Amino acid sequence: MNLSLRRVAHRFGYQRVLEDIDLTIAAGEAVALVGPSGCGKTTLLNLAAGLLSPWEGCIDCTFQRPSMMFQQPRLLPWKRTRDNIALGLKACGQTRTARHAAAAALAWRMGLTEDDLDKYPSALSGGMQSRAALARALAVQPDLLLLDEAFAALDIGLKSELYRVLAEERDSRHCTVLMITHDLMEAMRLADRIVVMAGSPGRIVAEHRIDVALAERDECWIFARTAEFIRWPDIRAAFALRELP
Amino acid sequence: MAWLTATGRYLWCGWGSLASLFLFLALWEYAAQHFGPLILPTPGEAFGTLAELFSSGAAWPEILVTARRALLGYGLALSLGSLLGLLVGLSVTASVLARPIVTLLVGTPPVAWLILALLWFGAGDGTPVFTVFIACFPIVFVGAMQGTRTLDGQLQAVAQMFGLPWWMKLADVYFPHVVSYLFPGWITALGTAWKVVVMAELLATSDGVGAALAVTRSHLDTAASMAWIVALVGSLLAIEYLLLEPIKRKIESWRTFA
Repeated sequence: MNLSLRRVAHRFGYQRVLEDIDLTIAAGEAVALVGPSGCGKTTLLNLAAGLLSPWEGCIDCTFQRPSMMFQQPRLLPWKRTRDNIALGLKACGQTRTARHAAAAALAWRMGLTEDDLDKYPSALSGGMQSRAALARALAVQPDLLLLDEAFAALDIGLKSELYRVLAEERDSRHCTVLMITHDLMEAMRLADRIVVMAGSPGRIVAEHRIDVALAERDECWIFARTAEFIRWPDIRAAFALRELP
Repeated sequence: MAWLTATGRYLWCGWGSLASLFLFLALWEYAAQHFGPLILPTPGEAFGTLAELFSSGAAWPEILVTARRALLGYGLALSLGSLLGLLVGLSVTASVLARPIVTLLVGTPPVAWLILALLWFGAGDGTPVFTVFIACFPIVFVGAMQGTRTLDGQLQAVAQMFGLPWWMKLADVYFPHVVSYLFPGWITALGTAWKVVVMAELLATSDGVGAALAVTRSHLDTAASMAWIVALVGSLLAIEYLLLEPIKRKIESWRTFA
């Protein structure tokens, strides 16, 4: 199983958004996409999810159950949180009791209470909404998980809580992850490979593999490695940072 | 339990409405005493006459005839307007084309339709039913069209991503959104139906509440006129607040408790 994009280009109207994208993601791998705002990361993710068809090139996805967490929570406002999390399970034809039990179990791991599950999304805080959205994406037990800035709205405590949940998912079910993030430390912490994109039109400018095992990456290592990372010239160029003396 | 508290809260809100209604009755009483019974009978006289009409059995047949006509026209407008509106809303071109026609329909006064209907259908059920239909149709149509026009592309992407089957897309994604646009149109149209049917009957038929009003007017029986008017407005209020509003609250509970 893998996801491969070959010579993919995309445009909205006359505006070229992505050009000459070559990217292959093997089963079990975690890839982080970083790059400046508006460089086409989300478009790339939508292409990978099959929500958009590429203008040129071909996308080959052999994963059976892709799932995605969108940049906005995108919960159905007329469904209680419980039913929102269980949405994908209902689509698979699970019974009401089974999917509610699964939703409650996941929500508990994410730190949502029974009380929150009975609320409508508008009564949840922003952080709770994004946790519910992540729970909805994980509920279908995906083999490919697409995350679009999944952890951006959370405080550092919750973030580390959810990093743990994500690591457990990857350990137990060898779930493949393609994630967009603006947080280089997060990329350094979670990914096996960091793909750097630059804008107008969006293209891949660099790739960095991280060979240290997830468990061995402690805070000090992450700080040091991230500090080192942002000194590399290709990163500085992609984010239009001042050149170092 | 949640349902019970919601109902309780709704009924409790009724006290405010009742208070304002009684304030209105007080003003009416004051005006009636000022102008005298020929110009404006007091609420007591009006309600008394109404009670007499009901107890003598004269009221029910007229009300039933009127209700039948109003509901027939309303039902036609509801089903056709909703269906066509939802379909037209799916296409940008069709919506743009439909706009001026709807404006034309809304702008034409019901009396004009009534005259045409009299020429086409003569003095029977056809005239009031048609007039009600044509007055309600654009209201329902616009609501339905807005409903599908404003469907959320982001939620459609969610539906696609999680592989929702078509019936789930309809029931869980499209329907709740569309209903919140349809319902206000339906309620407005109901009020319109009730008003227009009486006007049509007044000018075009020999039975029904409208015709009864015409008779009381020719007899200079202001108390009976007032009684009929009270019956009309009362039944409209009852349908709206006892039937439609609770249904709306039930369907849109996610909005109310936000």
